[in-house]
Amino acid sequence: MKLLGILIGCALAAGAASNNTVLIRGADVYPVTSEPVKGMSILVLDGKIAEIGAKITAPKGVRVVDGKGLRVYPGMIDSGTQLGLSEIPSIRDTVDTGELGEFMPQLRALASVNPDSEHFAVARIAGITAVMTLPAGSGGGGGGRFGGARQFISGQAALIHTFGWTWEDMAVSGPAAMYVQFPSLGATGGRGGPMPDFIAELAGGTGAQTFTEMMRTYQQEVTKLVDFFDEARRYQKAKAANLPGFVRDLKYEAMLPALDGKLPLAIAAATPRLIHDAIQFADKQNVKIVIMQPRELGSAAAELKAKNIPVILGRVLALPRGQDDPYDQAFTLPAEANKAGVKFAFGTFDNEFVRNLPYQAATAVAFGLPQDEALKAITINPAQIWGAGDRLGSIEKDKFADLMVTTGDPLEIQTQVKHVFIRGQEIELSSKQTRLYDKYLNRQ
Amino acid sequence: MRKPWIVALAALAPLYAQNIVIQNATIMTVTKGTVQGSVVIKDGKIAEVGEKVMMPLNATTIDAGGQYVIPGIIDCHSHIAVDGNVNEGSVSVSSMVNIKDVINPEDISIYRALAGGVTTANILHGSANPIGGQTIVLKMRWGKDAEGMIFEGALPGIKFALGENPKRPGNPQGGRGGTQTVPARYPATRMGVEDTIREVLNQAKAYKAEWDDYAAKVARGEHPRPPRKDLKLEPLKEVLEGKRYVHAHCYREDEILMLLRVADDYGFKIRTLQHVLEGYKVAQEIAASGAGASTFSDWWAYKIEAFDAIPYNAALMQKKGIVVSLNSDDEELMRHLNTEAAKAMKYGGLSETDALAMVTINPARQLGIDSRVGSIEAGKDADLVIYDKYPLSDYAKVQKVLIDGRVYFDRDNDVSGRPAKTLEKQKLIDKEKQSQPKPTGGRRPVG
Repeated sequence: MKLLGILIGCALAAGAASNNTVLIRGADVYPVTSEPVKGMSILVLDGKIAEIGAKITAPKGVRVVDGKGLRVYPGMIDSGTQLGLSEIPSIRDTVDTGELGEFMPQLRALASVNPDSEHFAVARIAGITAVMTLPAGSGGGGGGRFGGARQFISGQAALIHTFGWTWEDMAVSGPAAMYVQFPSLGATGGRGGPMPDFIAELAGGTGAQTFTEMMRTYQQEVTKLVDFFDEARRYQKAKAANLPGFVRDLKYEAMLPALDGKLPLAIAAATPRLIHDAIQFADKQNVKIVIMQPRELGSAAAELKAKNIPVILGRVLALPRGQDDPYDQAFTLPAEANKAGVKFAFGTFDNEFVRNLPYQAATAVAFGLPQDEALKAITINPAQIWGAGDRLGSIEKDKFADLMVTTGDPLEIQTQVKHVFIRGQEIELSSKQTRLYDKYLNRQ
Repeated sequence: MRKPWIVALAALAPLYAQNIVIQNATIMTVTKGTVQGSVVIKDGKIAEVGEKVMMPLNATTIDAGGQYVIPGIIDCHSHIAVDGNVNEGSVSVSSMVNIKDVINPEDISIYRALAGGVTTANILHGSANPIGGQTIVLKMRWGKDAEGMIFEGALPGIKFALGENPKRPGNPQGGRGGTQTVPARYPATRMGVEDTIREVLNQAKAYKAEWDDYAAKVARGEHPRPPRKDLKLEPLKEVLEGKRYVHAHCYREDEILMLLRVADDYGFKIRTLQHVLEGYKVAQEIAASGAGASTFSDWWAYKIEAFDAIPYNAALMQKKGIVVSLNSDDEELMRHLNTEAAKAMKYGGLSETDALAMVTINPARQLGIDSRVGSIEAGKDADLVIYDKYPLSDYAKVQKVLIDGRVYFDRDNDVSGRPAKTLEKQKLIDKEKQSQPKPTGGRRPVG
């Protein structure tokens, strides 16, 4: 009889408490979109936040997590990764970013995401619950470090959860942006960024080219990009007119959501001049854009603010661009963006350092960014920028229960992440790294 | 004619032999606990540390109220201040070349490292060869010449390298997806790396025997002909004699153990294992050998030999009795080693002091300079960093950095000096623009 009772009890518990239903009780809740509140409980039902309140009675059989002395934050979002697409950068066979071809809008990052990449576990146990995964690396394009031709459109970036059985299961939004690499002057963009304009101008070029030649190449490339958009527009019209003999084209088809302003273009542009040109381009094309990885904002900051164009800032812990630039140039860029009223989020742009996302944000705080803005830039801002502000990025009713429970301020290195929930499911806090640690800590 | 002399002396006075007292600070000495109080600096050395101190005459005071003082950070693995390539990769053994010969004191990375609290760095040859070039310890004395940067009396070292990097030139693919443009160079495997090291140590041992024999004969009053000096073997002879440290780049447990056993066979010690990302797997063997370990906090997965790297490596090795330091190997990372130390608290739960030791006294021990630097104690060099906030946090900023009791970095001065620098730069640009020939559409008129 006793055994039967236990079995029935278990069955009931299992039935009532699916693995994405949980009550976090008595924690300090930091919703990000509103003021923190002490001693609150959060009820998660079927993967979504059902209720936030001081006193919530746990439905029968619901798993209860004691949040006493702990804080609950929304899970963090990294706006620039290659998670699932790149495992070991030095081994080509493990890298799926940087396809060949100049205009490749039809490529989908999402369907090449390997859900079992070791990087996901390392990132999610640090509290990173969603990421943008990009079809190209920073700079260069067309194969990234493995070489290849200049690339203009790299494909569709995906916003994904860092946990799921399949890429379909992980997807927040399949195409969350079209990744565009704006032409750059003289050298490749990205982390290193192109040569500062005035140096190229003074030097009369980069050595291989004179400045006039560089400008000509640059303008030719911009024209090439414009031409492709114009072709896509003609395709759009032809399709709408339903002309006889219309042939479906996968490249142009992929461009339609971008042309309709439904899908933002994530445009990599490093310098004020390139940002300015990218904005002009977007204006003419009437498309929505997000500027990726600027190294300097300067005069472009006011333009970005005026046109409500958001920015994804790359690594804060980065070297200054020029020899004579201030040593803290990259550290102060987020504060500069904030002061100018530009909306921004952070991206790490390197799988290896995704888990350090909050520490990049913290460095920006040390150099003038208000702490709450830093927190927004890794939670609600990226959610909104990537079109998921209604589902991710804050602790609000009906949003996905992507949560991290911590011992303190998540921007502080010493803070420990105690629980992570992705769509309400508690994540086992283990990775390849914790398993190796446990194994060798106990080595005979 | 006394006047110019006095003026010159007065100008020099703030630079040398100045007495400074840093007051009202939280002083994290690393070796003697944390003290609320003052640090007294006399003649470039720490004279006193305590709650109440004797104020020396004519001392300048630095009010560090609410701020933190730690020992100058020591980076046990860096390649800054090297003029040109850090690799002489054309040969398997490049022990004849010396980083000391190619120091560039004007490398801006020196100033940036200073601004991140680094006062001393171990400048290494690259990892292209099983046995690489000779290494040198520098102090970040920005503004001095190459000679003035060298850490006086620090034992020089030599770089060894194991694994993927030294075998890459032997790989027909060139490794890292690159293209091979030079003829393949032995070795191409880890087996060959071991052999390369053994072969040359074998030569060095024979070379040392020749010189020992010569010395013995001289001691007996004979007049033998001295052996021919071999510039490749000379530094390795010094290794065998314990007069030069071996800093060995390594990743995987197999190669780490291999090198420890090779060193046993040839009767010398590995001073530091560098990177040593799988050190945690063979921690007891490393501890038994007496080698130090200098690693990254959390780098991983950038190549296959770094795929088993774990952020707990530093803490785990420390727990098993190894002297561990955290290094940068990178001019950017070098600027925040304080937070790399904080990661050893997060991953593996080290105490604040043990973590801070990994970027101060531990690298000092590994470089044999711990009697001079690495902690805040009376008698040591006044190499100090002042932070505005608790330094084991990303919220902290370096305010001032002192080396030998002289302020080499001051954030306030750096920031306040910027408008003048921008103006100067603009003037130079304008001047340069004017001196440039105007671009013309067509041919220049002749005559």
